[in-house]
Amino acid sequence: MKTSSRPRRSGLRRAIAVALAVMAMAAGGATAAAAAPLAETGQPAPYNFNGIVRDGQTPLEGVEITVSGNGVDETVATGADGRWLVGLQEQGTYTVSIDPSTLPEGVTLRDPSFESRELTASSSANGVLFPLGEPTGGGSAPTPSGGTGGNTGTGGEGGTGGTGSSDPGGDAGSGEASTGAASNDFGSKLLARIISGVSFGLLLALAAIGITLIFGTTGVNNFAHGEMLTFGGIAFYAATTLVGLPVWISVVLTLVAAAAFGWFHDAAIFRPLRRRRVGLVQVLIVTIGLSIALRYFYQFLIGGGTEQLRVDRGIVVQVGPVNMTMSNVVGMAVSVVVLLGVGLFLTRTRIGKATRAVSDNASLAAASGIDVDRVIRIVWVLAGVLTGLAGILYTYFIGANIKWDVGFTILLLLFAGVTLGGLGSAFGALVGALVIGLVTELATLFIAPDLRYAVALLVLILVLLVRPQGILGRRERIG
Amino acid sequence: MSDTTTTPRTHPLVDGEVGPGCKKVDPIVVADGVVRQFGGLTAVDVAHVEIPRGHITALIGPNGAGKTTFFNLLTGFDRPNQGQWSFEGSSLARVPSHKVARKGMVRTFQLTKSLGRLTVLQNMLLGARDQRGEGLFAALLKPLWKAQEAANVERADQLLARFKLDAKREDYAASLSGGQRKLLEMARALMSEPTLVMLDEPMAGVNPALTQSLLDHVKGLKDDGMTVLFVEHDMHMVRHISDWVIVMAEGKVVAEGPPETIMQDQAVVDAYLGAHHDTDLGTLTNQQVAQIHEEADAERDAELEADGIEAGDEPAATPEPEAPAAEAAPEQRPEEEQR
Amino acid sequence: MDFLSILNTAAGEILSPTTAAFALATIGLNIHFGYSGLLNFGQAGFMAIGAYAFAIFTMMVDPTATLGWPSWLSFIAAILVAIVAAVIFALILGIPTLRLRGDYLAIVTIAAAEIIRFTVRTQDLTAVTGGSQGLRGQDYKGDIDAMNPLTGTTYGFGPWTATAYDTWVRIIAWSLVIVALILVWLLMRSPWGRVIKGIREDEDAVRSLGKNVYGYKMQALVLGGTMGALAGVMFILPRAVQPDNFATTMTFYIWTALLLGGAATVLGPLLGSILFWVLLSFTGGLINLLHGLGIFGAMTGSQAGQLRFVLVGLALMALVVFRPQGILGNKKELSFNV
Repeated sequence: MKTSSRPRRSGLRRAIAVALAVMAMAAGGATAAAAAPLAETGQPAPYNFNGIVRDGQTPLEGVEITVSGNGVDETVATGADGRWLVGLQEQGTYTVSIDPSTLPEGVTLRDPSFESRELTASSSANGVLFPLGEPTGGGSAPTPSGGTGGNTGTGGEGGTGGTGSSDPGGDAGSGEASTGAASNDFGSKLLARIISGVSFGLLLALAAIGITLIFGTTGVNNFAHGEMLTFGGIAFYAATTLVGLPVWISVVLTLVAAAAFGWFHDAAIFRPLRRRRVGLVQVLIVTIGLSIALRYFYQFLIGGGTEQLRVDRGIVVQVGPVNMTMSNVVGMAVSVVVLLGVGLFLTRTRIGKATRAVSDNASLAAASGIDVDRVIRIVWVLAGVLTGLAGILYTYFIGANIKWDVGFTILLLLFAGVTLGGLGSAFGALVGALVIGLVTELATLFIAPDLRYAVALLVLILVLLVRPQGILGRRERIG
Repeated sequence: MSDTTTTPRTHPLVDGEVGPGCKKVDPIVVADGVVRQFGGLTAVDVAHVEIPRGHITALIGPNGAGKTTFFNLLTGFDRPNQGQWSFEGSSLARVPSHKVARKGMVRTFQLTKSLGRLTVLQNMLLGARDQRGEGLFAALLKPLWKAQEAANVERADQLLARFKLDAKREDYAASLSGGQRKLLEMARALMSEPTLVMLDEPMAGVNPALTQSLLDHVKGLKDDGMTVLFVEHDMHMVRHISDWVIVMAEGKVVAEGPPETIMQDQAVVDAYLGAHHDTDLGTLTNQQVAQIHEEADAERDAELEADGIEAGDEPAATPEPEAPAAEAAPEQRPEEEQR
Repeated sequence: MDFLSILNTAAGEILSPTTAAFALATIGLNIHFGYSGLLNFGQAGFMAIGAYAFAIFTMMVDPTATLGWPSWLSFIAAILVAIVAAVIFALILGIPTLRLRGDYLAIVTIAAAEIIRFTVRTQDLTAVTGGSQGLRGQDYKGDIDAMNPLTGTTYGFGPWTATAYDTWVRIIAWSLVIVALILVWLLMRSPWGRVIKGIREDEDAVRSLGKNVYGYKMQALVLGGTMGALAGVMFILPRAVQPDNFATTMTFYIWTALLLGGAATVLGPLLGSILFWVLLSFTGGLINLLHGLGIFGAMTGSQAGQLRFVLVGLALMALVVFRPQGILGNKKELSFNV
């Protein structure tokens, strides 16, 4: 458990651990009171850690939990009601860990770092949460408020999400898969992964085209692009869940907001930088600063946990041997239509052609009477809309939830897609994103799901080795 | 088409008859069948060319003739699709650029590459060869390279004085004027004691006031026993200082000869005046700029077929849009990409 | 928490071993970006390599126990293993990318650093790397603790009071920082440094003068990466190994520290790292204080605490636009070309 990407010195860490324990205690007090009589030790220990491990509403039996430190090293298994308790003789800081391999198939910790935490036993009963459900992938640093549900007074219960178990198809423990195989043979699984990969790839493509258009017209690699995606997700979350608007109105509002957000990027930051003739490397670092600022601002707004969207994911439809939710089917259809639209825009309209002209050679385009500034503004707005849409689809894809750093976790996949396709080529970004989407999902068939992003990035590096210009790039473009 | 040439049949530098690709009495560079294609476009296709030792040779030709690309190929900054060339008898094909430089064949660039955030003196010292202190571990022990460094500083100061840059010794190179940067680049190249100096458009962007001293410096190189090969558009410079002129057009060597007579060569007239003869440039203004590259390519294709064009087209008839089209010519692309 | 204790905690950061580790990583990045112009966005990956190589070697090979080596030899061996691992990592990264345009190195380094993190935190490797929970400090701190010549309980005064172990780690970490600074100073006044800086300005020009640019870039990448790996070792000595510490965010903080202090200056990375951590601690404490006073309404303390990272981001943006040369940089010798 840590406060930032860097753990504090022990004193501060302790202070936070204490604060957390107090928080957890307040939340878990009721449970603890109920749990205490269950302890079968002869002498009741003066202190304890306890909790209930549940997947949704189902208590899980036989999950192993270890408490170690201060001379204690005790492993207990949860009972039939999901309860566990480890008695302690003294106050102090202990490592409390859960053994994920004892969790039932398909159930994972929502936040992998919760597998092991340092907690302080400061009062007699200390409730410990192990939120289960959809992990949000290889996210970066979890935060002190990481355990959602910690403030909801549900005590030692599992996470509130747990959509994994509510999906009839089952998510096979791969976390982000939105489709499941109806039967268990390899062929069905493969098909499920392929559909899932295409779905993921299409939504990546929406965001990646934004990156590639911005790179093409301005030369800037936008490291804050992931935050644009998160923006779409958060706006959608706010509209549907906080305000309670219908989905279609929420989508429209989100896209309008995303367009404004894209425009704001250009008007408030990047146009002034162009005016100042700030160098490309500097602008690159500005986007990194922007990414940090926005990301933590989102966390400031919605907290560090995973927030569930109150949206209907639609009925589950069975396509051949594959189960999909209606929302995913619609999402894929929308992606395809929008991508086709973007293709037509770039090849058929005046502005689209002007965009490609600016990508090709900005000064030449300017010399021939194209308003480069206007084109760039349009590109930012377009990128905002596309990426906002990707944000909406992504929240659906990962199981209708949103976290402050979802965009950042897939930013590298977006870059991988763009680079793979050939920097600056919109069509290349589409192909690259599809490849990345498929690779991440297919990889889960062969290796641990938590390595699937690593495989995608490895593919990127290997392709660069053989074909530095990307799949569709022109060789001469490389220095 | 060479019937009407006025170029003399023989010349003291030439072994045999004067003409494109003729043999030299004492060549320092010999190139054979060098071809470089960009996509479907052939930028350079030099069948045979020799550079005479100890003289100043100019490489001229219209925009997009492949001069700079040929330069890049000879110095290892670009790889040819095929071809062989040698420098002082040893083959240089596929030798990396830094090794080419170490053999004594040093170049400058069309767009000056002075190292802006190094001082003028540091720029100069970078040119010196075989520095012991340039090894990672030796660098840590100053006694190992102190003496050599002092000698290099002394030589750099002499060169700076000769190029009238001594007052700027401690200034950042970024603060120099365009002409001074050209001078610095030339002086820096001399620090490596080259046998062949290759100058890519030494006059481009130079203040006219500096022109004469630059010309004198180039001539001075020959007096010091070096061979000079330069690319230039400025015919004034070509006529004044070169001993030999090689003309390229559409990637090929189309003519060679002494500067006094070369401009009367029919092939040269064709190359310069016929280059934009049959392209309908009037329509180009209305083209989408995205297609300008393709336009340029198409134009080139048209040129390739345009053998035996009548001389006498008015150059002034060439409309304005020709300039950006020529800018986008493939010859300059590698430069752009190296940004 | 009163204002004085905030200042006290912030001042404590000046000498903390974590600051030393960051300074070391920033010095390495300075060699990459400041002097050679290499866009390395994977410095956290080098740190992870160093940290894991050191810890795993100490735990798995454990020469003190299995070979009977004295603890100092075992420690040195573990450090060497970390360095070798970093060199190999640098070669793997550099061979394909150093011939390409700069932004390719940026993408490949950031991707490689994340591959490292994903790999060490995967459940499949839990037996070796500890998976997502990482490695416990007590499993690899034995050697360095055994070497500790300090026998008292606490050392230092005021905000700089630390236990014997912490003080010992501080001594080692800050000694390494000083050695690294001297190394950079020696290198950058030498002809080697001149070539490196020339490459930063224009590699074609340097190539045309007969220098093997590729080789020099590789040397710079390896050297800076090695410092990153040593920084990783120093980073884990006062704590446990946690894979998510080595996320992209850490790389970005290192960049912020570098640009704050001044790229392409010898002391800039040191000053930048110290200022970064002091300011981060100070703003964190201040926001906490304000939160305690009810300024942020119903917001939780940890939520409000995120504001300081928002400030980090904004500061990075402002810095790079308005003072790209950092605090120590020379105005003429701006840290950016292009």
